Amino acid sequence: MAGRANLVGALAFVLVAAIAPSLPAWLISLATIAFANALVVLGLVVLWRAGLVSFGQALYYAIGAYSAALLWRLLGVTDAAVMVVGGGAAAALVAFLVGLLLARYREIFFAMLSLAVSMILYGALVKTEALGSTDGFNVAPATFLGHTPAGQARNLWLFWLTLGTCAVAALVVGGYFRSIAGALAVPVRDNELRVEFLGVSADRLIHAKLTLAGALGGVGGALAALAVGHVDPNMAYWTTSGGFVFVTILAGASSVAAAFVGSLLFELVRSYAVDILPGTWQIILGSVLLLTILFLPDGIGSVLSRRARPPEAQAR
Amino acid sequence: MLTAFAILTDGLVYAAYLFVVAIGLTLIFGVMKILNVAHGAFYAFGAYGSATAVGLYFDRGLPVAGGFLLMVLAGMTLGLVIGFVLERGILRLVYGKDEVIVVLVTYAVFLILEDVVILIWGPGTYPAYQPLVAAGNVAVGRLILSGYDLGLIGFAVVLAFAARLALRHTRYGRLLTVVIFDRETAAAFGIDVTTVYTATFVLGAVLGALGGAVMAPKIAVTLGIGVEVIVLAFAVVAIGGMGSVEGALVGAVIVGLCRAAAVHLVPQVELFVIYGVMALVLVFRPYGLFTRARPRRI
Amino acid sequence: MQHHPVRNSAAAVLTVAAAWALQGAAQAQQATVKLGIVSFLTGPAAGPFGIPGRNAAEILIEALNAGGAPAPYNTVGLGGARIEAKYVDEVGSTANQVTEFRNLVQRDNVDAVVGYVSSGSCLAVAPAAEELKELTVLYDCGTPRIFEEGPHKYVFRVTPHATMDSVAAARYATHSIKDISTYSGLNQNYAWGQDSWRDFVLAMKVLAPKAGVDKELFPKLFAGEYGAEISALLTSSSQFIHSSFYDGDLEAFVFQATARGLLQRMPVVMTTGESAMQRLGAGLPDGTIIGGRGPHGMLSKPSPLNDWFQKVYTDRYGVRPTYPSYHMAQSILGLKTAWDKAAAGAGARPGIDQVIAAFEGIEFQGPSATIRMALGKGHQGISEISYGTSRFNKQTGRPDLVDVVFYPAECVNPPDGMTAVAWLEGGMKGAMCN
Repeated sequence: MAGRANLVGALAFVLVAAIAPSLPAWLISLATIAFANALVVLGLVVLWRAGLVSFGQALYYAIGAYSAALLWRLLGVTDAAVMVVGGGAAAALVAFLVGLLLARYREIFFAMLSLAVSMILYGALVKTEALGSTDGFNVAPATFLGHTPAGQARNLWLFWLTLGTCAVAALVVGGYFRSIAGALAVPVRDNELRVEFLGVSADRLIHAKLTLAGALGGVGGALAALAVGHVDPNMAYWTTSGGFVFVTILAGASSVAAAFVGSLLFELVRSYAVDILPGTWQIILGSVLLLTILFLPDGIGSVLSRRARPPEAQAR
Repeated sequence: MLTAFAILTDGLVYAAYLFVVAIGLTLIFGVMKILNVAHGAFYAFGAYGSATAVGLYFDRGLPVAGGFLLMVLAGMTLGLVIGFVLERGILRLVYGKDEVIVVLVTYAVFLILEDVVILIWGPGTYPAYQPLVAAGNVAVGRLILSGYDLGLIGFAVVLAFAARLALRHTRYGRLLTVVIFDRETAAAFGIDVTTVYTATFVLGAVLGALGGAVMAPKIAVTLGIGVEVIVLAFAVVAIGGMGSVEGALVGAVIVGLCRAAAVHLVPQVELFVIYGVMALVLVFRPYGLFTRARPRRI
Repeated sequence: MQHHPVRNSAAAVLTVAAAWALQGAAQAQQATVKLGIVSFLTGPAAGPFGIPGRNAAEILIEALNAGGAPAPYNTVGLGGARIEAKYVDEVGSTANQVTEFRNLVQRDNVDAVVGYVSSGSCLAVAPAAEELKELTVLYDCGTPRIFEEGPHKYVFRVTPHATMDSVAAARYATHSIKDISTYSGLNQNYAWGQDSWRDFVLAMKVLAPKAGVDKELFPKLFAGEYGAEISALLTSSSQFIHSSFYDGDLEAFVFQATARGLLQRMPVVMTTGESAMQRLGAGLPDGTIIGGRGPHGMLSKPSPLNDWFQKVYTDRYGVRPTYPSYHMAQSILGLKTAWDKAAAGAGARPGIDQVIAAFEGIEFQGPSATIRMALGKGHQGISEISYGTSRFNKQTGRPDLVDVVFYPAECVNPPDGMTAVAWLEGGMKGAMCN
């Protein structure tokens, strides 16, 4: 079953990559950013299955973005793959360190503490005038293993890199979900104490998930930095985290693909809302969200999966 | 010496502001376990309603005290109406679902209400400074304190006492405390939790709007004032403990004093203060300052 | 847990295809020029900047399309072609801005983009404009970095950058306040506030070397409540306060500070005070030093173009135009000047390279100032600036500006090829003041 899922998923990615050159340029750019954000959302899905909602993923998003940008600014690196790996690694390291503290917390306190950490980074970036403070700074155009495409070709290459990274991430996370550590997420959410009786440390498990989510956030941030060509402290602000949480819940936790489809749909809805009602587009966005919640309470993923999440025992 | 006094008064004024904003949120959160993102919208509506009332009432030669009263009533009425409509209309549909879903509903509502503000009041700024000026000021050496600020401190203290009294000595207050403590057992004892929910949410909305109403003369009432308030309110609730009015008060005072000290002594860290305090408190008290010991569920 | 991979992929592909099918058809409009106008339509920056900018664009485009503007702008539209405007909201993250810019250029096929208030957006959009080869006129953002960090071919900024505001503020403050021993600053804690303060301090070091800095306060942007900052200023002995606060924050600060007697004790130098003057009215204390990011609005000299602009704007919107409106007006008029010149030279609809060649280095008349594209290799405008002091007029019931001083462009702007900070640190060499 898993093998078949992987195969069809891979085919979907290959198909999209193949038709990319014939799609309109604005859609490619929009989709690149949407899929970069989808990686952060994927990290949030990993955490949400364990019952944790992080309002601080923007921390890793910003670290990934600034690491990639600084690799260029300080070391002159322009290779996109190096920047993405660098961003992901830096974010994973920070996630590991922060997780040492954060893994003990649950519910709103976890959410608020993760928010606090990301806001502290925000404050530090705002105070750093050398990095442009709130204006941030630009990132040089990416190169790809020595190949230096220009104009729309570069955007296409970036899109393919993003697609490839997403495919790898989907594979890894899908595999993780099928592993024991991944499968233990739901029991941890439902009743941590019983999981501990099984001899498993819930805190350690959550620590691992935090690191994974951080790495995904960092990779997403690095890709976004390359796609937008600019980094600024707003990437660490709590409203950025809120946006990711928004898409996560919209997408639902039942399938990996939902993160990507949900992120793309969100970006499209937002863009068309601004297009149609420039002065009051938030009403459209809020209404779409509300309708989705009321009619698709398990997220878009439940449309994609045949069986929705089983109703959990509400032992609170 | 004067600086120390200034830090104290500034800290208490800011604490009063935080407390009035956070008390509604902590009640809703404690009873319904809902992270009400729309709380920012209640604050905004209260502020706009109050500013509109001030604009209509003042400068007509009518008694000043009436203006203060009208301002507060305008804000509270808006909070009442919106809270009631929201709870009955939308929240009803999602009770019992995953808490995170409910949070998302409140977030969607917040987005919609933000644009409703634009539709009703437009994108301009509404000054409502007349009550601020009317309250006069008090000189302490080189330092001049605003009468309105001192009034705010008094108002917050009265509110805290009223809340404590209501929670301990009125029937509804005791019902609320019980539901905060353990929802399931309360329902098992025959308490109509649904009505308690409605009443709590509306009360929280009214308090949120009240916060906006009393702050309107001090700030520029314009788009976006609801957004920052959400994080501040959440931080205070997290520091104080969910559902605890004393916690909200103590948390507000701590944050207020730290922030005032930062502004006077180390302005560079002012941005970090509330998050630093929250992180520090949570490191030592993972469930906030004032929470009851939770029984472990096996 | 089961999932349907086929349905997953089909859904994904369908989504992409649907989006593609929904794109607007490219319209080959020969008789109209399509402009994308970007500014804040929602959020706290909408009231003070975004909406005045948008309104100015709307009224000016209407007048130009009817050929009703005064000379030399009395020809129709741009090079004879009517202008069709599409308005986009600038609110959201930088990623959103770049996405919407690309949408304007690639999905909506606009011929040029005029917009952007936020310096962060300007910095991010500039490389995108270069990549997409789209003529872009930045209308309001203040950071000097746009052309300092590298030349741009397709990006222009008619409005002078923000260094001019603080340098002129320093000149006026040293001219009107005698024997300054210390001064304090109250600026918002983000790039605009930090840069304004830095430029002001550097300028003051040159103009009043003995003056020292007392309090450097940086409250959060849109904090709205300044009790602690006011207390800190009350306990200081500064002679004046420098502030780059604008509209909402500025009004809140003025109300709170006046109620506590601060502004009666020390005046504020408001680098962007002009836009708030109208709204504060009698609430503005006497002796406040007011700047307007250029000689705009109440700081402007009357002229046929200025009088006409104020009249049509006030008739339509009920309030007088403030400096963001002037910034938008001068940006569009600069674009028109270049476009008309290129069209005259080409004899037909000009290509973008011709417009750019015509735009570089030109000098033209805005409603309130003469703009010369002198910096950034002919892409960045400079103009004169004025500062004044407020005094309440009992007869009209409104504040007047007295003691207005105009500073020539070359007095308060750095020369081409030198960064603003380097020029200030070097003592403002080469400044030509009268």
